[in-house]
Amino acid sequence: MIINHPLLGPRDASEFTYLGDASLIDRPDWQDENAAEAYYEYGYLRDNPAGEHQELWYHEAGDRSWLVVTRNTLTHEISKVEMARDVARARGRSK
Amino acid sequence: MRYSGFRVIKEALTGHKGWKPVWREPEPKAHYDIVVIGGGGHGLATAHYLSKVYGHRNVAVVEKGWIGGGNVGRNTTIVRSNYMLDGNEPFYEFSMKLWEGLEQDLNYNAMMSQRGIINLFHTDGQRDAYTRRGNAMILNGADAELLDADQVRKEHPYLNFDDARFPIKGGLVQRRAGTARHDAVAWGFARSADLHGVDIIQNCEVTGLRIENGKCLGVETTKGFIGANKVGCAVAGSSSRVMGMAGMRLPIESHVLQAFVSEGLKPVLPSVITFGAGHFYVSQSDKGGLVFGGDIDGYNTYAQRGNLPVVEDVCEGGIALMPMIGRARLLRMWGGVMDMSMDGSPIIDRTPVEGLYFNGGWCYGGFKATPASGHCFAHLLAKDEPHPVATAYRLDRFQTGRMIDEKGVGNQPNLH
Repeated sequence: MIINHPLLGPRDASEFTYLGDASLIDRPDWQDENAAEAYYEYGYLRDNPAGEHQELWYHEAGDRSWLVVTRNTLTHEISKVEMARDVARARGRSK
Repeated sequence: MRYSGFRVIKEALTGHKGWKPVWREPEPKAHYDIVVIGGGGHGLATAHYLSKVYGHRNVAVVEKGWIGGGNVGRNTTIVRSNYMLDGNEPFYEFSMKLWEGLEQDLNYNAMMSQRGIINLFHTDGQRDAYTRRGNAMILNGADAELLDADQVRKEHPYLNFDDARFPIKGGLVQRRAGTARHDAVAWGFARSADLHGVDIIQNCEVTGLRIENGKCLGVETTKGFIGANKVGCAVAGSSSRVMGMAGMRLPIESHVLQAFVSEGLKPVLPSVITFGAGHFYVSQSDKGGLVFGGDIDGYNTYAQRGNLPVVEDVCEGGIALMPMIGRARLLRMWGGVMDMSMDGSPIIDRTPVEGLYFNGGWCYGGFKATPASGHCFAHLLAKDEPHPVATAYRLDRFQTGRMIDEKGVGNQPNLH
């Protein structure tokens, strides 16, 4: 697979390590009343869809940026690559 | 029809006209006591033990494609019980014992070969870890033997012992481990289940689960609705998709594992061998091909094919361990989709939906577990309580902190 890095252009997927579903960006509030339940779901449960999947890749052998890659889990086709930082900020995170 | 030496001779003398198809192709009935989703190794084993051991004959197995076309036909055929943790080792040793009597139980030749397995170690730390694991195995009634480098050299003289980075310091051996012909395992279970009255319904995809007032009433399929008192799901690889029909999210990611076979060679490998410094395991099939594999690709996928970086990594591991295979040509490679669970261990449990039961999360260790998985799932379906060796495989263990994490890497499925 080739991941089209927003800053560096097309890079081989073997330069990256894979973390998982991009919902891991949305860390629950630890002070929330239901924090224990929310952290269980955040830490352990996954949608695991067959089809389009947003996921976190880390450019370990490159510029060490985190990316959000939209990839089809049935065909391995990559339709979108974004900087994870931009995605997180768009969702209201401070960094 | 019972298979025997006498039968083979009789058929040979009468033109082989007496052999019959070994399972029927029934149309689904309107209602069954128990419907098992998934005609793979685990689903068929469940049907076998349900009908033969637990006396449930009004049972159906529904399969999307043809039986044995998924992971039971895609693995590297290794059978072993060399686990360490209390939640796992009694279960896998139970499985090992079932393997040892499987061909007699099924009256079917599964080509079970107890040729042994050796897990090599390359550092003092690894020796300590394998010593501990061997002791855990012995405490649970399995067999284990620790060999030093000279003893390994006697049995496997062709290995790369004096590698500068990863010298072989010894290995942990389980003599009772080995290989079995995976297709024959699926067919043997199917034949036995069919003989005991189970309907095996192929080309019948489950498209929905009918759930009313928190109770599962049956499955919607491409052949219509099939009612059931209980529904058991054994579709590892696609568990999230099927249980998603019940609105459940699972502690599972689907990943692809690739496997490889070389051209046929003269007998060179007497047992199953695993490399301790990279991820590579290999055995030799009775046809002579070297059957080997390594890591999962490491990203979510439902495609039954992987990518080249892992192929390269696996082959590098193989050459580092046994340089002699460098000139063997790769004949075939393929991929299978794994349920990678959050702690690397499986789940056999009830679900929050009444009448719906779940068996999955086998990571890439499902084949060796096939008989025990079927036995324990059948026990759960028949008696509504877990089998004594499978009590730890609970669906809620991630919430209660009772993970069974052999490698200790936490909730990162692609590291298990």
